[in-house]
Amino acid sequence: MTNSIGEIENAKAMLVIGSNTTDAHPVLGYRMRMAKRKGAALIVADPRRIELAEDADVFLQLRPGTNEALINGLINVIITEDLMDRDFIAARTEGYEAMAAAVAKYTPEYVAEITGVAADDIRKAARLYGGAETAAIFYTMGVTQHTSGTATVLTIANLAMLTGNMGKPSGGVNPLRGQNNVQGACDMGALPPVYTAYQAVANEENRAKFGQAWGAELSATPGLTVTEIMDGAMEGKVKALYIMGENPMLTDANLHHVAEALAKVEFLVVQDIFLTETAAKAHVVLPAAAFAEKSGTFSNTERRVQLLNQAVTPPGEAKADWEILQDLAQKLGFNWQYAEPWDIFDEITSLTPSYGGISYERLYVEGGLQWPCPTPEHPGTPILHGATFTRGKGLFSPVEYTPPAELTDGDYPLVLTTGRNLYHYHSGSMTHRSKAIEAHSPEELAQINLEDAARMGICDGDLVKLSSRRGELKTRVQLTDMVPPGVVFMTFHYKDAAVNLLTNDKLDPVAKIPELKVCAVKMEKSAS
Amino acid sequence: MVKLTINGRNIEVEAGTTILQAAEKMGVFVPTFCYDPQLSLVGACRMCVVEVEGARALVASCCTPAGEGMVVQTDTERVLTARRANLSLLLANHPLDCLTCEKAGNCRLQDYCYLYGIEKSEFSGEQKEFNLDDTNPFFVRDMNKCILCGLCVRTCHEINGAGAIEFIKRGFDSKVTPAFDDPLEKSSCVFCGMCTDVCPVGALTPRQGMGKGRSWDLDKVKTICPYCGTGCGLELFVKDNVVMGVQGDVDNPVNRGQTCVKGHFGVDFLSSPERLTTPLIRKDGVLVEASWTEALDLVASKLKEVKGTEIAGLASARVTNEENYLFQKLLRMLGTNSIDHCARL
Repeated sequence: MTNSIGEIENAKAMLVIGSNTTDAHPVLGYRMRMAKRKGAALIVADPRRIELAEDADVFLQLRPGTNEALINGLINVIITEDLMDRDFIAARTEGYEAMAAAVAKYTPEYVAEITGVAADDIRKAARLYGGAETAAIFYTMGVTQHTSGTATVLTIANLAMLTGNMGKPSGGVNPLRGQNNVQGACDMGALPPVYTAYQAVANEENRAKFGQAWGAELSATPGLTVTEIMDGAMEGKVKALYIMGENPMLTDANLHHVAEALAKVEFLVVQDIFLTETAAKAHVVLPAAAFAEKSGTFSNTERRVQLLNQAVTPPGEAKADWEILQDLAQKLGFNWQYAEPWDIFDEITSLTPSYGGISYERLYVEGGLQWPCPTPEHPGTPILHGATFTRGKGLFSPVEYTPPAELTDGDYPLVLTTGRNLYHYHSGSMTHRSKAIEAHSPEELAQINLEDAARMGICDGDLVKLSSRRGELKTRVQLTDMVPPGVVFMTFHYKDAAVNLLTNDKLDPVAKIPELKVCAVKMEKSAS
Repeated sequence: MVKLTINGRNIEVEAGTTILQAAEKMGVFVPTFCYDPQLSLVGACRMCVVEVEGARALVASCCTPAGEGMVVQTDTERVLTARRANLSLLLANHPLDCLTCEKAGNCRLQDYCYLYGIEKSEFSGEQKEFNLDDTNPFFVRDMNKCILCGLCVRTCHEINGAGAIEFIKRGFDSKVTPAFDDPLEKSSCVFCGMCTDVCPVGALTPRQGMGKGRSWDLDKVKTICPYCGTGCGLELFVKDNVVMGVQGDVDNPVNRGQTCVKGHFGVDFLSSPERLTTPLIRKDGVLVEASWTEALDLVASKLKEVKGTEIAGLASARVTNEENYLFQKLLRMLGTNSIDHCARL
């Protein structure tokens, strides 16, 4: 998030796109509804009539995979009706003309054809967003898990810059991160091309800095991303795979491909708290401690680093991940001597400018701190891009609409889109083992529209077979008007109806994110 | 700024500050049932009444703004008599099963009766006889214990927004319940559990930990929720090395005590019998228990067998910063940059 959670309830206008906030980030959903009750304008754009849509001033029920066209349409109206912030554009940005030229053809009528949203609703939304004193954009994987994900994020940035909504309280561009420490994992360099705080591996100075600190010769060879690692395993280029606290056997796109890849790896180590579907395929399984069994830090979606405190000890011989990694490093001949997590944190801050001023002492005394926090005196940064952008001037990017990689046809006439529900979490390795949650929400209920159901003679609770070009599964269905005709929604929480058997692993060319939100499927009634 | 006197001491507060807030600022205790700083003010319970010089009646301090020159007394005989009468009325219609009530030791009704010496009610009359709502797996609702403070109702409407519960009926028959007096499972309730956190008495009791520990046996440990990226502060209740319950951490600036169903009711996986407790090594196709030495020796030898660039690793959006840092450090020191995690999923 460029901005902070505490600002949400004071928002004047909010555009929520591709985020089922009340289910996936419930507490942030509460804050959005608080803002709404205080008079904020709320625009919700989603293929499903999600709970937040009921509170919206305008609900844009767009076809899956048409986000960037919709945003371009909003920009088109804002330019046409002169709702943009000319001073901000002049002082803080560049590339406006090229972007404006690119969106010229995205009139509300043209965008209505692509997205299925009424042209007047596009105008209304643009006026609410563009006319507000400040306006915030919130999005999640509904934006990014498309082959056009990067393009959509770029045009979202266009929209925010066009209206001068950057660097202001209750404004900004706010991706809501999905996992407790996904922000931290990125910050810590758990990404192929970067060390901590996005310091590029390709940069020789960075390699020298980390190499010197770690006492190692560091490779300049570019690393592989998740999906490329799986491909690499298929091709025999990846021979040993170490998986810590992940369950790709349920969460990755096109599971058959993942299963084949994991089977090909010569040596698979999985470190986890349960024998997950992935761990069951490993050569060695290492038992790890869960969140309440260790100390350390998590970084949340608003870049706030917060302290974890150990409440209980790990079961049996399980150990904290950092202890396991240190023990292994020592066996590999590296002289690691961390007595406690804060020793590691001190090393992190010494190598990571944006974390440089954060310490356990400060976190304990001051509570969480938001990076960048470069010095011990720095109060942290609740709002990014205040006076200047990271690159200096904000760059507008011309963005064109491209359809999803897989479209419906006669064989596969329905669009399948995926997401979470309120009760379960990801592959469910934790929530399925929570008694109350499992009792309340024990099985997948794929959402289908009543019209589709009626046409096919399917009743609420029936078992259906869903198949795509990559796989098939059986699931019970729920008839609902949350999804429009022609669209099926499933969560990826249930191993018995593992939706990623069906999803498309075609990637966004830049972010390498698979198109989990759109694939073509067919549905048949199933007897058993 | 407004100057007033509370219990003979002068204080200056910002205009709009209530008498209760001013008293709290001075460290003067005033009992409350229906007050919560995050919720709208209703002044319903009358426990916070104080005497203001010149006022016709006792005033509810929670919703009376401090006035210039006000002279306030918080513990005169008149105030104490009113509070005692109030408690006596509540107790007339409240089960006295403190011996087995989960809330004992953490119950404001119990605390105030102790404080003001109310052993039993001086009134006798009809008792409420509502059925227990134990239809959901998260918490039990016993409306016989409800004192109608309305904290749960306002939390549901003003914090969560679900608006699943409301008051129905009037007077003695008043009750907090979902629409049509249905069980919660059939309402718009999303089981965030925040109502159970704010309930001052034992009307709303989480099932986890029921019968397994008195409130005074539980250690409280503040930490961060393991689920989504919001980063809510949680307070874990621990006894005998087991997490018995969870509550939102009101001091955490991110969530200010707010929670969702996963954070509130979803961490009992910690003590699942399915937890991995020992390393496992695949032998003849089957995973069998092994020692740490055996397992790590095997991992180290296998990692040494292959070229650095043939190693890849998936770190985790679920573990700590320190652990992710060490993971990528270890793999990069082994000569590979193929480190990723599920940020894309």
